[in-house]
Amino acid sequence: MPEPVAVSTPGGALLVWALMFPAAGALFALALGGRHAERVVLALMPVGLGLAVAIAARVLRADAALVYVVGGWAPPLGIALRADGLSAAMMITTAVVICATGLFARAEFQTPQGLPEARAPLAFWALLLGLWGALNAVLVGDDLFNLFVALELLTFAAVPLVCLDGRADTLAAALRYLLFALLGSALYLLGAALLFGAYGTLDIVLLSDRVRAEPAAWTAGTLITVGLLAKSALFPLHLWLPPAHAGAPAPASAVLSALVVKGAFILIVRLWFDVMPGLLTNAAAQVLAALGAAAIVFGSVLALRQARLKMLVAYSTVAQIGYLFLMFPLAAGSAGPASLGAWTGGLLQAISHACAKAAMFMAAGLIAQALGHDRIAGLGGIARALPVTVFAFGLGGLSLMGLPPSGGFVAKWLLLSAAIDTGQWWWALVIVAGGLLTGAYLFRVLTPALTGGEAFLPPPAPVARSREAVVLALALISMLLGLLPLASFGLVQVGRADMGVTP
Amino acid sequence: MSETTLFGLGASALVGLGLYGFVIHPEPLRKLLAFNLLVSGVFLLFGVIARRGAAVGMGGDPIPQALVITGIVVAFAGSALAVGLLLRLGQKTGRATLRDVPSPPGDGTTS
Repeated sequence: MPEPVAVSTPGGALLVWALMFPAAGALFALALGGRHAERVVLALMPVGLGLAVAIAARVLRADAALVYVVGGWAPPLGIALRADGLSAAMMITTAVVICATGLFARAEFQTPQGLPEARAPLAFWALLLGLWGALNAVLVGDDLFNLFVALELLTFAAVPLVCLDGRADTLAAALRYLLFALLGSALYLLGAALLFGAYGTLDIVLLSDRVRAEPAAWTAGTLITVGLLAKSALFPLHLWLPPAHAGAPAPASAVLSALVVKGAFILIVRLWFDVMPGLLTNAAAQVLAALGAAAIVFGSVLALRQARLKMLVAYSTVAQIGYLFLMFPLAAGSAGPASLGAWTGGLLQAISHACAKAAMFMAAGLIAQALGHDRIAGLGGIARALPVTVFAFGLGGLSLMGLPPSGGFVAKWLLLSAAIDTGQWWWALVIVAGGLLTGAYLFRVLTPALTGGEAFLPPPAPVARSREAVVLALALISMLLGLLPLASFGLVQVGRADMGVTP
Repeated sequence: MSETTLFGLGASALVGLGLYGFVIHPEPLRKLLAFNLLVSGVFLLFGVIARRGAAVGMGGDPIPQALVITGIVVAFAGSALAVGLLLRLGQKTGRATLRDVPSPPGDGTTS
């Protein structure tokens, strides 16, 4: 059987622009320096958002993936860029969260008056663009080695964001994060080497055609998966996440928790559903989901025990990542409505968690800024001082709990019904228990925040209304996702059929 | 034993040693060295694959060689970033370990 030859589709050049604008922007930001770095990012935000929407519109209209063959050299000799519905949906999410973070971070990472340049703001704005470019590269890559490079760019942009303030504890958190990530990338590269040795290509489309169920493919798949699990912080490889995400400045925590861990998750999805769809055995999928279930329980229980608000939110990320992995046994195996639902549910969970968690980290940042600390025991009555922020935090929390009408509710409901339809009731129990535990740790924060009446000494510092508005907007997006008709999520299915998976 | 088998076994041994070292040593610097040993094994494996996949009359398949060059750059950048962080940490705390790092201000508990 002749192998498919990749050709560029109309509009494929958009994918190149999606990679070029953040890379060029980061270079300009560094070259111009000082205050200009911030201006470059603010100017590029609408460009990036527009490109992501344009790519999604093209994918949706053509009902097929956008492809760009770099330099006209078709794989296996050349490298292709490819955006299917999954890529397009995640690119829009990335753009929305990064734009919100940029607007939110203006007050925190302003170059101080009277100084030509300050280290932390310059690094933050350049790294934010680097992160955006790396995420886009992860989403449009169609070659396992290209994806390796994209993943490393993502890590190298994310790690310094953790320790922007240069305190010893954040430096240690960043170093621990980097060590986990380096081990993950070494294992990923080893797996990619084995795949190249066995099949002579790393192009995803060609590989999906050539991969057979044999020890080389199993070993490579396992190595790549374990490497990516370390980067996506799935239990038990989550140890680096809470100190890193809780220690980072609030805008950095928001992008790290909302987007960076999802990058590695998307690659695991690519590997098992696109590269080796036939090889995801039920046992392997059950193991991934069991780790996810353990993450939900452990993350939530540890979140319940935290004394600091940002640590609680970080442990909640550990738990919410667990939900993502429940989609593997539910979406694999049985082709049909259950599989479709689980696929949409898993990705909707990624998207709604991204918006909700970014909002919650920013809200926690505002609360910490107003009070000068983020001890949960000292939050009594904060809702009176910062009503909008606490309201946004609560809205984000509803999405995490999975209460209607939030995006998290639709995601968890889709996963739940897929679990019941496929007869895997044990995952349904995990989803319900996880929702209850999430409710418990959120009430630990919201009850004192809404009811406590102690007078603050010193009184809370005022926070900018515009920053509260950004937080509220993100929280509202995570809510409104649940009100969209389900058909509008058809986008995330586009491009799956031509990868050998019949929906 | 053919040369590719020999070097393949060498690559496996390096990967195994690196992984072992990474897991059992708690000190970041030793972990970093073990990581470099591990990726050296992976690079050697790419070399073996290049030799095995070589067309008749050629010394090696050029694609894995190109991948190794990129891989070396990435591993170097990662190691440099880790050493940079470790040096800063050493300057701040006087130690090169991840244990007993001071807890952040305003933290009532040890985490």
